[in-house]
Amino acid sequence: MSHKTTYRTCPRSGLQFESQAEKLVLANAVAGVIFLLIGGILAIGVVLTRWPTIHWLEASTFYQVLTAHGLDMLVFWIIFFEIAILYFCSSTLLRCRIATPKVAWAAFALMVIGSVMNNVAVYQGGSSVMMTSYVPMMAAPSFYLGLILFAVGALIGCFVFFGTLVVAKREKTYQGSVPLVTFGAITAAIIAVFTIASGAIILIPTWMLSMNWIEHVDPLIYRVIWWAFGHSSQQINVAAHISIWYFVAAVVFGAKPMSERVSRGAFLLYIVFLQLASAHHILSDPGMSTEWKVLNTSYFMYFAVLASMIHGLTIPGAMEVAQRAKGYNKGLFEWLRKAPWGNPSFSGVFISIVGFGFLGGISGVMMGTEQLNMIIHNTIYVPGHFHATVVVGTTLSFMALTYFLIPVLFKRDIINPGLAKWQPYLFGLSMYFFCLVMMGAGTLGVSRRHWDMAFSGAALAYEWPGAAYLMMGLVGIAGIAAITGGAIYIYLTVGSLLWGKRIAQTKISSEPTPIPVGAPSAAVQTYGSLGFAAPGTFVLAMVFLAAFVLYYFINWKYLSTLWGLS
Amino acid sequence: MSAILPPTERLWWKHPLDRVEGTWIAIAFVWCMIMFFMMIYWHIYGKQNLSTETYKTTTELFASKTQAMVDKYTVRTETDLETPVVAPPPGSDVYMIARLWNFWPILELQNGQTYRLHLSSMDYNHGFSLQPANINIQIVPGYEHVVTIVPNQSGTYSVVCNEFCGIGHHTMVGRIYIKGETGNVP
Repeated sequence: MSHKTTYRTCPRSGLQFESQAEKLVLANAVAGVIFLLIGGILAIGVVLTRWPTIHWLEASTFYQVLTAHGLDMLVFWIIFFEIAILYFCSSTLLRCRIATPKVAWAAFALMVIGSVMNNVAVYQGGSSVMMTSYVPMMAAPSFYLGLILFAVGALIGCFVFFGTLVVAKREKTYQGSVPLVTFGAITAAIIAVFTIASGAIILIPTWMLSMNWIEHVDPLIYRVIWWAFGHSSQQINVAAHISIWYFVAAVVFGAKPMSERVSRGAFLLYIVFLQLASAHHILSDPGMSTEWKVLNTSYFMYFAVLASMIHGLTIPGAMEVAQRAKGYNKGLFEWLRKAPWGNPSFSGVFISIVGFGFLGGISGVMMGTEQLNMIIHNTIYVPGHFHATVVVGTTLSFMALTYFLIPVLFKRDIINPGLAKWQPYLFGLSMYFFCLVMMGAGTLGVSRRHWDMAFSGAALAYEWPGAAYLMMGLVGIAGIAAITGGAIYIYLTVGSLLWGKRIAQTKISSEPTPIPVGAPSAAVQTYGSLGFAAPGTFVLAMVFLAAFVLYYFINWKYLSTLWGLS
Repeated sequence: MSAILPPTERLWWKHPLDRVEGTWIAIAFVWCMIMFFMMIYWHIYGKQNLSTETYKTTTELFASKTQAMVDKYTVRTETDLETPVVAPPPGSDVYMIARLWNFWPILELQNGQTYRLHLSSMDYNHGFSLQPANINIQIVPGYEHVVTIVPNQSGTYSVVCNEFCGIGHHTMVGRIYIKGETGNVP
């Protein structure tokens, strides 16, 4: 293998980019942003139709648009961007060349072909089967084939990532263990391999069914295995965006992990337990045993929830420790008040952490509790939950990372820094509200994936309470506000890429500069109070726990008033 | 010294835990265990647990069982489609077909009585979403799911389909009447 490549050291961040890796990160990130743009345009159709007083699109168009919105956002935007993150966390953070760049480009090509093929199938009509495409409802063969090609491409991308880790180790570009952020990326990649394999196991026979090569795919088995793909792919996101949280804490504050052992241990819990969550979608299904449901839905006794609660403490905790070391040491919260709220990388990540925990995390555990699932399953509470995890958690973190990457990777200044300062607030906070009102409507029973809550044309219509209509109207308003925030992000990203002021690059060399070996730091923290290095974060964590416990038992109380079921 | 650099101490796993982390991990662990055992507790002492009694079935078999119940216990018909309203005796097996795009038949049950409700689909996945109680159960074709129910409030309930099943999905609404004492039955 030839090693003829160059390495650029970014003058602002000191990060070192190998030229092939840099192009690959850029290509994958831009492809992701294009799908975010398409998915965002489709979102307009979704929210304006579910807003009862507007009820914009025809039923057939609505289901088509909703199918494409789900796929473009949950699969294509996020996985393209994640592949970019994997290459960044391996080649850039470990300062080595990327393994097999030609294979990586082939993977990229497969992903582009697959995602375009799948989108075309949906726009042609006849494939409005929703992202989940539950058999026996069938889509066009190219719908499944597109997904399969995309998945194969992403899988190859994961192996290029693993190969790059080997390159770094063999060429000794770093000493000791990989950085924590890279460790998080490894977690994401391992989960991705499991996820994509599950997708292949179920989508290949379904594609064969659509070609009439086989006669039957069992609908229940489809649901169980499809969700090992569908849910686990969201767990890739969790591992990826938590890595970004650590990354941003490091670059904005110079924060070091409170304890490598705890943070890495929490990632390890993800690797072992996160994939069990397929069960979340089967809790109200026939066929699976209670034992299977209870054990799987709780990620084996909630060990993955434990991991998330750990990250939720250690990341703000690391920020607090770093701020206190800088002298922001007054009271419990001076460190937070004096945080760089005008830096969109920080504000985006902080809004993401809080929203992911309070809205996405708590609601997720409710839905994932075997019995409580019955009062939530397939209501619009479900999209309320996953917009809090995937949009507030993942998408907003990716946006925050982008503001860091524009000067560093794109080598451009952000075209409108004033607008960038506000974008995470507009997008994140309107998304908070969007999720809350969706969960409110879902608590009243309103269905997800439903064109008309007035049931026009039904022989036995049901009338939803007025509060449900109010909530769905607010969903529309909040949705439009969030889409505006998303549009600003696209404008800033694409605009900076095209018209931003170029940043002069000087340091280019033909050899990588290895990461220097750092001197061990004094281990013991001397800030904080009561022997707590991060007392403010601990108080915030206790507020979180109180909200969690209270809401958990409110739901049990609600369940206990229902019909007897056994 | 930072999350984007290799740990400076090669033996990072021997690094002592900060007290704030240790305390939080202990609290979070206890909470996780409470949540786990709450599900088991509810299976023993709670009254709302979803049955897992399931049989493989066919559309013909399930339709014929439902038809037999309709033939025996129909008390009247409703709507332009002349949907039968069926009032089987308490304690019996009651059937509800989910299909494009209705639930069939309409059931009329007694408040506070126990019924074995059989659910299956004739075609795609459907959702049994009982409103306004808000009980939601997935209906999967090829599987007959038997759920023991005890209604606790009389009135008119709607069954909204909440699994996407095609263009007429929004017209798919069924009905269950609960007769007898108004108000809650313990």
